[in-house]
Amino acid sequence: MHAASVLQSVLAPAGPQAAHIARLWWLMFWVATAVFVIVSAFVVGAIVWKRTEPRRDDVLRVAVTLGVAATVVTLFVLLVASVWTGRAVASLGASSTVTIELTGHQWWWEAVYDDGTPSQRFRTANELHIPVGRPVVLKVTSHDVIHSFWVPNLHGKRDLIPGYTTAIWLQADTPGIYRGQCAEFCGLQHARMALYVTAESNDAFERWRMNQRREAVQPTTDNARLGRDVFLRSTCTQCHTIRGTIAGGAMGPDLTHLATRGTIAAGTLPNTRGHLAGWILDSQSAKPGNQMPPNSLPAGDLQLLLTYLETLK
Amino acid sequence: MSLLDQEPADSGDEKVVPPLDPARTLPASLDVSAEKLEAVWAEKPGLFGWLSVVNHRDIGRRYIVTAFVFFFMAGLLALVMRIQLARPDNHFLGPDAYNQIFTMHGTVMMFLFAVPVMEAFGVYVVPLMVGARNIAFPRLNAFSYWMFLFGGIFVFVMFALNSGPDVGWFAYPPLSGPAYTPGKRADVWAQLITFTELAGLAVSVEIIVTVFKLRAPGMSLNRIPLFVWAQTITAFMVLLAMPAVMLASTALILDRLVGTHFFNPAEGGDPLLWQHLFWFFGHPEVYIIFIPATGIVSTIVSTFSRRPAFGYLALVLALVSTAFIGFGLWVHHMFATGLPQMGESFFTAASIMIAIPSGLQFFCWIATMWGGRVVLKLPMLWVLGFFIVFLVGGLTGVMLAAVPLDLQVHDTFFVVAHFHYVLIGGALFPLFGAVYYWFPKITGRMLGERLGQWNFWLFTLGFNLTFFPMHILGLEGMPRRVYTYQAETGWGDLNYLSTIGAGVLGVSVLVFLVNVIVSLRAGVLAGDNPWGAGTLEWATTSPPPNCNFVYPPTVAGVNPLWENPPDQPVVVGLRDDVRDVLVTYVLDAEPDHRTEFPEPTIWPFCTALATSALFIGSIFTPWAVVIGAVPLFVGLTGWFWPKEAGETGTQAWPIQHRTLPKPGEAPAGGPV
Amino acid sequence: MRTELVLIAAMAVAVCGCKRETRTFRESPPASMASDVAVSDLHPGGGNPPARSISPYEQNAWALNEGKRLFSAYNCSGCHANGGGGMGPALIDDEWSYGHEADQIYRTILEGRPNGMPAWRGKIPDAQIWQLAAYIRSMSGLAPKDAAPSRSDHMNGPPPENAAPRMIPKNAGTPPAAER
Repeated sequence: MHAASVLQSVLAPAGPQAAHIARLWWLMFWVATAVFVIVSAFVVGAIVWKRTEPRRDDVLRVAVTLGVAATVVTLFVLLVASVWTGRAVASLGASSTVTIELTGHQWWWEAVYDDGTPSQRFRTANELHIPVGRPVVLKVTSHDVIHSFWVPNLHGKRDLIPGYTTAIWLQADTPGIYRGQCAEFCGLQHARMALYVTAESNDAFERWRMNQRREAVQPTTDNARLGRDVFLRSTCTQCHTIRGTIAGGAMGPDLTHLATRGTIAAGTLPNTRGHLAGWILDSQSAKPGNQMPPNSLPAGDLQLLLTYLETLK
Repeated sequence: MSLLDQEPADSGDEKVVPPLDPARTLPASLDVSAEKLEAVWAEKPGLFGWLSVVNHRDIGRRYIVTAFVFFFMAGLLALVMRIQLARPDNHFLGPDAYNQIFTMHGTVMMFLFAVPVMEAFGVYVVPLMVGARNIAFPRLNAFSYWMFLFGGIFVFVMFALNSGPDVGWFAYPPLSGPAYTPGKRADVWAQLITFTELAGLAVSVEIIVTVFKLRAPGMSLNRIPLFVWAQTITAFMVLLAMPAVMLASTALILDRLVGTHFFNPAEGGDPLLWQHLFWFFGHPEVYIIFIPATGIVSTIVSTFSRRPAFGYLALVLALVSTAFIGFGLWVHHMFATGLPQMGESFFTAASIMIAIPSGLQFFCWIATMWGGRVVLKLPMLWVLGFFIVFLVGGLTGVMLAAVPLDLQVHDTFFVVAHFHYVLIGGALFPLFGAVYYWFPKITGRMLGERLGQWNFWLFTLGFNLTFFPMHILGLEGMPRRVYTYQAETGWGDLNYLSTIGAGVLGVSVLVFLVNVIVSLRAGVLAGDNPWGAGTLEWATTSPPPNCNFVYPPTVAGVNPLWENPPDQPVVVGLRDDVRDVLVTYVLDAEPDHRTEFPEPTIWPFCTALATSALFIGSIFTPWAVVIGAVPLFVGLTGWFWPKEAGETGTQAWPIQHRTLPKPGEAPAGGPV
Repeated sequence: MRTELVLIAAMAVAVCGCKRETRTFRESPPASMASDVAVSDLHPGGGNPPARSISPYEQNAWALNEGKRLFSAYNCSGCHANGGGGMGPALIDDEWSYGHEADQIYRTILEGRPNGMPAWRGKIPDAQIWQLAAYIRSMSGLAPKDAAPSRSDHMNGPPPENAAPRMIPKNAGTPPAAER
């Protein structure tokens, strides 16, 4: 993931909902600024403006009444703007061809792309792809504690609460990679629970989706084959799934298409061979407290394993 | 008569403060001996006596000092957090330590500083302001302080033992529940809540009864000083809000220790239940902190504008309506959980509506300043800081009431900035003002002017440097409660700036501390009424005598020292050989009867020890509740041991009923 | 003298607190077991029985809770049914076919046992096996109550470990096969 492509800002909306909210923000910002300037002026004026004759109470009474009236009117305008924005944000169509079931885990995101045909469903982690210009529905819940899904360039937050499944609609109008981060305190690694949303053209999205549906690529080189054997006989399979192999653990992220992802460990590290090696050997130094145990692999086995993992396109 | 109508005051003039010197009108038979009174109301000597104190001045002073000690400690924790966040990917603290530290910072600031310190000023000032000789239920007051102290010591000791709470000051289950927070950390948090809320509830009861039954004759409801109104309204809010969080924390601790399922969705419990209960307390909590601060602001603005606060009735009603509406917006902390649109709109409307009474108060204060002549002494300086800083917090608060915007900035640094502007701006600035204002009354010496100026300007600078950048960080997507962040997010520079600001804040607080210590030894002697203020606490010496007032005053206006006629009568007929106090009627404060207040006693201390042992023990074994009940029973028995007949109790008011002068009427002369 | 006592008491409290609350994420479990873990307390001849290895995790709330999480993550309940026993023996009772000490349980998990218990060597990291062993002891009340896990966020099962009655172990239990 290139630093330059990272976007995570309320004020750079990339979808209709975030745009509505950004407009509301600017309205509120300017109203607040005006109120601040006016009220501060009165406060300062009361001190610096030396008067010989104190003001009479009936004058003050009129002034205070006017002030309260202005407050009520301003607040009412803001209330209307807020409710109107709320409706506009919620009015995004419910008809969607892309449904994503997003589940929060300590401390990563599990995403299942739903499909009417069960065989077309697939599971991935920490990186979502969505088509530009089409509403996407996210059905969110949590596996353990409360998390909160938030990609500021696209929309506000939605809490992921165990025992509840709620739906939230998103739409991206501008292609790009948007960063999001868990926004509800969820324990030790709340800080390193990011996710990336790639908004891309419909064609690119469908290509990605077709690829994700496939089982893992069979290794073609000897080293990759040996690497797969390392994977399958070590502790990895207890927690991770690689579709098309016997590895079917469900505790950690699905690794079937690991090499297509830009980051590992929920946006903690770039997905490079070196970082992956460090992560496998000692994940606790990069993300203390996460649930991946350290693995002591012989150097040769590690290199084979990395070679295999890099083939998982 | 409109809300803002007011008795015409000859505003602007320097007030002549009439001395309350009643001796000249008293027949010798009604006179009391000041020496005897001092002896009767004195505390016992020695360590035993120190633990037996029941007078509101000593307890209030201890409360204030203790709360400030907790403030300094929680402030140090904040500095440590800022150091960690100064640079991206910093390794100064790990997540385990950071989570404990931010939880401690929030918990201590809210439960051990902000609420108690406001109540502490209530304990010290309210009885003086209403002209009473002590706070109602003095032994309960002592008990309340000891519980507060023991709770605070308990949580800091546990923190030092690596058992500090680490689930946030809001402790949402399931994270704080048994499955995700093993060990005792969350239990410590939950039990601290029990400690502090018990102390808080006790003080509220005392303040309500003091204000309703111990007011000086003549102080009808419409003459109660604004600070006292604020304290009373706050006390009612505490009574209604704190049981919700005690209930919630008890349910949490039962879930964790006994295996109940209040918050377990798999067994029909509900994690959202916690959020409703917590915020039903948590939102009023903000006003529990803010409303006493508005009382401080009203007091200081009035004193330093040299005129009564403009719009007395409007200010009181604004407080009452704030208190009411304050209970109707807790859900705006939960917008992101996914609510029906109707519910969202309702709570948005309520949250926006609460800005109206706050706005009204603001305008009344500004009108007071315009209508008077502002003297820019240190307390007033802090109040001016309050106006500007709190204004920013209030305006961002209106933004947060809008659901769509809240969904974006909720749980980000924008909110961190917002509530620090509200709480530091809305409570800490007035609180510093209150310290500078009442320090002479409490200690007899003024706080230093030069260091005070440094304190104020460094604080204002440091505060804005620390918290203003956080608005931008929040909009750039930085969530709260993260122990670190990655360099590629680009949040590093603003965080660095914020850390520098925190350092300046730290220096400012250090200056304050030095100022207090220096002034205690060598401050200018204050005299009875250094500010020329109008309320009753300035009618006695600084510091006040053991009995507060040798002759309890009567009043003829909101600001008796400004408005009482020169021959205003005083209360006589109270005995000077026992702790006699006058009880008055709720509405008009006409004398009702007199009653005897308790002597110093060790029992509240013993009972607090027993209660603390029970609370702390119950974290480790349920048997503590059973075994701990025994010493608690002994403590309570000692406390409530009946006195000999005739030794205490209420007695008929033996003195002929006196007519008090109505405003404008000629005073009725001395007591009959 | 009195201050010394107070100091000692304070330190004792501190040590207990630290043991219970420490969270070590990079585990360093006891060195790999020698092959002399005795399954039975009976041993022929004189001399002392081989020393037991105590689990470092038994007084640590975090590690016990990790053991509990792993117990369900690795589907131990598939055979042991929340400790109540099913295809495998019950773990909340006082019967221990292959010993109740932490190192014996460690060995049972690592090597497996006849008639059904699979060997987890190479599939579960060493430190996690030690955490599991500590947790399994807590299921029958053998771990300190103030450190043992409380209920989980699941359907109600057996009493939570911090309320489990302490079962005095009977190591002479008969291996399941011998009963038939």
